[in-house]
Amino acid sequence: MKKLRKKVYMTAGFNTVSLGTGRKEFHPKKPRPGIEHYIKESGEGTLSKIGGGKNIDESVIGNFMAARFNKQANLPGFIPMIDKDLHGKPATSVEGACGSGGLALMAGIRSVLAETADVVLTIGVEVQNTVKAIYGADILAGAGWYQERKKGHAYFFPGQFSDRAGAYFEKYGREKSRKGLARWFRNAIENARLCPTAQEFHNKVEDLEALGMSEPNGRTFVDNLNVFDCSKVSDGASSIAIVSEEGLEKIGIEKKDAIEVVGWGQCEADITAPPEDLTTLSTIKMAAEEALASAGITIDDLGTIETHDCFTIAGILAVEALGFAKPGGGADFVAEGNTARDGKIPMNTTGGLIGWGHPTGATGVHQAVTIWEQLTGRAGDAQINIDPKKPYGLTINMGGDDVTVVAIVYKRG
Amino acid sequence: MKYEDILENVTVLGAAGKMGSGILLLTAVEMADLSMKQENKERNFILNAMDVSDSGLSGLMNYLRVQITKIAEKKTVVLRSAYADRADLIENGEIIEQYVCDVMNIVRPTTGLVPAYKSNLIFEAVNENPELKVKIFRDIENNTKLSPWYFTNTSSVPIGSLDSKAELGGRILGFHFYNPPAVQKLVEVIVTDKTLPELKEFAATFASKLRKITVPSNDFAGFIGNGHFMRDALHGIEEAKRISSDLGFTGGVYALNKVSQELLVRPMGIFQLIDYVGIDVCKYIMQVMNPHLEDEDLHSEILDMMIEQNVRGGQNSDGSQKDGFLKYEKGRPVAIYDPDNKVYVPIDDLKGKTDEFLGAIPDCVPAWKSIIREKDKDDILKGYFITLKGMTSNGPDLAVRYIKRSKEIGEKLVADNVAANEKDVNTVMLTGFFHAYGPINDFLNQG
Repeated sequence: MKKLRKKVYMTAGFNTVSLGTGRKEFHPKKPRPGIEHYIKESGEGTLSKIGGGKNIDESVIGNFMAARFNKQANLPGFIPMIDKDLHGKPATSVEGACGSGGLALMAGIRSVLAETADVVLTIGVEVQNTVKAIYGADILAGAGWYQERKKGHAYFFPGQFSDRAGAYFEKYGREKSRKGLARWFRNAIENARLCPTAQEFHNKVEDLEALGMSEPNGRTFVDNLNVFDCSKVSDGASSIAIVSEEGLEKIGIEKKDAIEVVGWGQCEADITAPPEDLTTLSTIKMAAEEALASAGITIDDLGTIETHDCFTIAGILAVEALGFAKPGGGADFVAEGNTARDGKIPMNTTGGLIGWGHPTGATGVHQAVTIWEQLTGRAGDAQINIDPKKPYGLTINMGGDDVTVVAIVYKRG
Repeated sequence: MKYEDILENVTVLGAAGKMGSGILLLTAVEMADLSMKQENKERNFILNAMDVSDSGLSGLMNYLRVQITKIAEKKTVVLRSAYADRADLIENGEIIEQYVCDVMNIVRPTTGLVPAYKSNLIFEAVNENPELKVKIFRDIENNTKLSPWYFTNTSSVPIGSLDSKAELGGRILGFHFYNPPAVQKLVEVIVTDKTLPELKEFAATFASKLRKITVPSNDFAGFIGNGHFMRDALHGIEEAKRISSDLGFTGGVYALNKVSQELLVRPMGIFQLIDYVGIDVCKYIMQVMNPHLEDEDLHSEILDMMIEQNVRGGQNSDGSQKDGFLKYEKGRPVAIYDPDNKVYVPIDDLKGKTDEFLGAIPDCVPAWKSIIREKDKDDILKGYFITLKGMTSNGPDLAVRYIKRSKEIGEKLVADNVAANEKDVNTVMLTGFFHAYGPINDFLNQG
């Protein structure tokens, strides 16, 4: 990647609640807010910190499947609804399945670099509880190649990652692997309990690892994963402002209250080609390596990571893709507590996709908001101690089965 | 005849009723699953849904569509492989829709009996009227060329009497579902000396395919379930009457309903259960049972009086509870019927005096909803019952008397050879009535 021609910052992050089963206020049979509510709430959350819509030059919205979940397309049209000062300004919608949020961030970063904007409002949103999970699985299957849907599992993506878990079990041993997955689940829930917007904030289960060890049942779900290994169905939105140095001045925010984008890797794999090795997330590996190289750092410089754990196995495989453990060692690395909030490399400190929630199109933006909170000391009860020797944060956002990946490296501004 | 052959043509009589609709649903799904097997693809499975009510049948078809969809949504994983050869069905939604169509295609609603003449198996779920049942069986017998089997859902009429009056020659057995059939796990299976062995064999296979727990009951009117429930209900009614000198009728009903639910740790109080089943249905069941009993009189003047005043309980067609002894708002009791003034008295007006009468109760009464999930529920219940027994106030006294009576009823069912053993009585109460414990237990014994 070429050296950045100017500095890019992110600030004024905002998350709505991730609503779905687990939240006390969620009731499947009662009416819930629609997609426009989430867009407005998160957009206003960011705008209120940066002087309102008049300071925005351009907006990007990331979303995966509103066209089916909400029978709604043309999402840019909702941007001026947030603030009348956004009327008449550019807005763009981007889609890359569960990586849509990451693509929205990249679109914002590029606009700042292209010097066509100094302040970009970036929103990710998904409202998925409009259909039962069994039908939601059909919609989410759109993140894979449609030609594969017929032979795929009823729960298509859990099926894909169950196959990955099965291959991992076979190669490296089932019991130790399941322990690693259960520990990943425990960390996710424990972290989510510290974050009031998290879907698992109200979770009170005592022995989380025992729950995580529940035996998978292929007759009713998938062969190698139980429901605790999976992120839930979520409604939510996140937003953040992507700004230049001039932009920071314009919105009156000091650099220390922002994070600087210091490198990234954005990689695309062929959706029609099956993974070469089920036990490796090779596109994530490629993107993470590019991101670290462009930032000029190694994994030893990272203080915290937000990685795309749509399934516990994806968390373990990302640990290996990043190089924290050799192939097969990821499960042990996690089981030993190294990725817990007080471990060697705290990951998903507000719960990640499994604990905080996975409003698919919003996830990439949510990850950036969490890193912004952690690096600028705004994470509240979920705040971790950032070692000054390891000042960098990393986000990894994935769309489909290791197909659309965005990895971004940040440090405090 | 093989299992599949029998199920090729079936009729459910009274299909739009509370029990009939559930039986129809379960049978339709079982038949559809058979029809989807490769070896059965050429067969034409037919399930006649017979009922005299046209509007009932139209409601039934809606009920089926909704319920089959729910069933399909739960077993989509299996359905995807069942429809693997259908290239046109790709998404779960398409597969579920097709399955609903395939099950519905088997069902033929009818208000006439003629289609039943071609059936191998007849499920009977009409009113608890022995004459009506015999009349229908005779009609089919006079017109069919087959020798159909009759599975009756009666909860009270002796099977032997139906067999001899309708001259079925042993082609009948009792296959008694609990309400609602799609949910309750229990089926009481009642055979007579004459019941043909192949019926018994089929009944066992069919029940296991439906994932039901079967309990054999001997052919005594009321069998195990109603044999217990009717006597248990009469005890509640008598006790309410006994304390009404202190509390009045409404206070007595409220007190006994509360004691039988909360202190006995049951899913609902006895008067709510009578309302749920229907006051008229309870009376009717007792009437059917009574002539078959030698040394007891199953009858309640209070039930007669309620029915005379047209207070009947039971359910509306949407499943909501009709008012009976209790008045319900959103399914919860809010008032008690006062037959003297023909009005409902709000529970809030009765609470103070009644609770005072009931007196002290144990500090930690287990809640039915949570106790059923406890692994060591029997130990918890035993400790609780011993505490209850040690108390002298009216509430615990009523509860202990109730527990003893309930046990006595259970033991008599075994002594009278209605149930083969104590375990069967307990299984019926646990799985058919959702009790947290069987009535025959030693919870009141010290140690």
